[in-house]
Amino acid sequence: MKPAIEIRNLGKEYKLAPSQPYVALRDILSNGAKNLFKARKEKEKFWALQDINLDIQPGERVGIIGRNGAGKSTLLKIISRITPPTTGSAIIRGRVGSLLEVGTGFHPELTGRENIYLNGSILGLKKAEINKQLDAIIDFSGVEKFIDTPLKHYSSGMQLRLAFSVAAHLEPEILLIDEVLAVGDAEFQKKCIGKMEEVSKSHGRTIMFVSHNLDSLRKFCSTTILLNGGRLIEKGNTEKMISLYVSKHLETNAEMYWEQGIESYNKEVVLYKTWLHDENGVIRSIYDTTEKLGISMDYQVMKDNVPFTHGINVYNQEQVNIFNSHDVTTGNTDRQKKKGRYTATVWIPGNLLPEGIFNISVAIFLPNPLDVLIHEQNKLSFEMHTDYSKLSARGTYSDDFPGVIRPLLNWELIKND
Amino acid sequence: MEKFITHIHPPKGVSLGLRELWQYRELFYFFTWRDIKVKYKQTYLGIIWALLQPLGMMLIFTFLFSKTWPINTGTIQYPVFVLSGLILWNLINSAVSHAGESMIQNANIINKIYFPRLIIPGSSVLVALFDFLMGFVIFIILCFFYQQNIHFSAIWFFPAGIIVTIIAAFGAGSFLAALNVKYRDFRYTIPFMLQVLFFGSQIIYPLQSIQQTWLKYVLAVNPVNTALEFFRAPLSSAKVDTAVVGIGLVSTFLLLLTGIYFFRKTEAYFADLA
Repeated sequence: MKPAIEIRNLGKEYKLAPSQPYVALRDILSNGAKNLFKARKEKEKFWALQDINLDIQPGERVGIIGRNGAGKSTLLKIISRITPPTTGSAIIRGRVGSLLEVGTGFHPELTGRENIYLNGSILGLKKAEINKQLDAIIDFSGVEKFIDTPLKHYSSGMQLRLAFSVAAHLEPEILLIDEVLAVGDAEFQKKCIGKMEEVSKSHGRTIMFVSHNLDSLRKFCSTTILLNGGRLIEKGNTEKMISLYVSKHLETNAEMYWEQGIESYNKEVVLYKTWLHDENGVIRSIYDTTEKLGISMDYQVMKDNVPFTHGINVYNQEQVNIFNSHDVTTGNTDRQKKKGRYTATVWIPGNLLPEGIFNISVAIFLPNPLDVLIHEQNKLSFEMHTDYSKLSARGTYSDDFPGVIRPLLNWELIKND
Repeated sequence: MEKFITHIHPPKGVSLGLRELWQYRELFYFFTWRDIKVKYKQTYLGIIWALLQPLGMMLIFTFLFSKTWPINTGTIQYPVFVLSGLILWNLINSAVSHAGESMIQNANIINKIYFPRLIIPGSSVLVALFDFLMGFVIFIILCFFYQQNIHFSAIWFFPAGIIVTIIAAFGAGSFLAALNVKYRDFRYTIPFMLQVLFFGSQIIYPLQSIQQTWLKYVLAVNPVNTALEFFRAPLSSAKVDTAVVGIGLVSTFLLLLTGIYFFRKTEAYFADLA
């Protein structure tokens, strides 16, 4: 049988535009005069993807991992024909469905039912197919009651559930998924993965799946490819690729795993994982300054009634310890922990940190007297940037804006005459 | 399964891609349906507004030109003459300006999923056609009100006028849509260009009233003039000016081909730019 996806020498080159990706006519006109007398300056270029050769067999479920900027999303975008390659070619055998986002094209003014039709059709379903699946989609989403209400009245959770339901009912032979399964509540996520798994197993669906969430890769994909700097490092067994990735390639540290766990000196607590995530639980290492950022720890308490609390230290790129936080909320009320597995999360509010790179240390400790059980220093790091489409402390000011913190403060104005 | 084979390679050559457009006709329908639905959900007055605006303009022009500064429109009464011009003008005006903005407005979808991009400016044109059809009903009512004779040849002349308008709007709209993605500030020039086009079209005056033959033939390049020549033929005893129509048809099809060619040539990179 011929491979479902055959990729040969695929490459994608981007021109680096310093500030904006598109061109303003006025710049061309005003620069035109200058350029007449000057030699043309070449734009800086870089290869987002280079020399990719890959065969994916029908029915194979392949994960794609790599650091931010490794070329994962570019690869999916080329295969789903959103952007063309610069070199090489690919042959795709079968109907392709791509899920680079859930709820693409959702419109707030349309009702849930209308959005199912719109979104389904954008994702490549025929109207007849949507008609056939409509009841199943509505049923699956669990928002029957509101199905004829405009989407703008839905909570964000409900919108996600509806979007996922449409996605879960896609039945192309080849499905490309980018990160999207990481959003939404955990239980519903599981339901969706279950549904997709069921379809993919019984229909032999081929899947390419990009994720930062190593757990869902483990569950979902038998093989995984590892990308780094736009090149394909290796394709192989998922477990093997994940450990290669974690040991050799993971430099952005939105997530830290310990296969065996980090044991406290008294063997009472074992830390397995710590990670950074947004409000939806998506693990990532880049945030805009208005976003809330969660820091979670996943650990095991080995015996009953162990007393401890949690803490973090936050450092900026000049290694200044900007602030620390000790858990005085769950730590005080429930200091004696029962045996079992826990996840502790602390939220750094939006509009607190300026742009830059920050390092995080996580700790499990007893405050009085100080007894440090686990202190993993600078294990996580993230980058803050400004999203000018949102209201941040910058407003629309884009010049140098110093300061160790960047709170969004209220101003008052009184007219005195 | 072997039925769907997709070859992906760096862009080379330009085709019109009509077959693919046909495969995606349902999406075409859904985009148009979405825009119409959203438009009229947001403003309940939307439909009435679409009707009142050309009627209001008609009253202004009629007052101006029939009382103070009479224009000879032959056997067509001036209100009918000007309304026929205004509804076709509204069709091309709203189709071109919406199609021109459409790619930027739908950038989030373009970045996330593949479909033939021409659907987007295409559906903007269809939305404008929907508004036009309502204006058309008002126009017919007005014809009865003024007891305007409509020759039975309207059965092909009306559609011919509408089709010429749509083809021109689609050509110009997709050209501008592609240009807008590349040069983001180009959009500011569109309203001005449309304004110029308005006065270069025989909307408030008949082309035949122009004394200089050369000027008439220059203006004939404007597809709106051909469209109106067709559209008004069944209302008037005057014959269709074949020279004007000939020039207009050639320029309309050239506009369509240039528009689609330019759009198709740049569309591969829309996702990188948008």
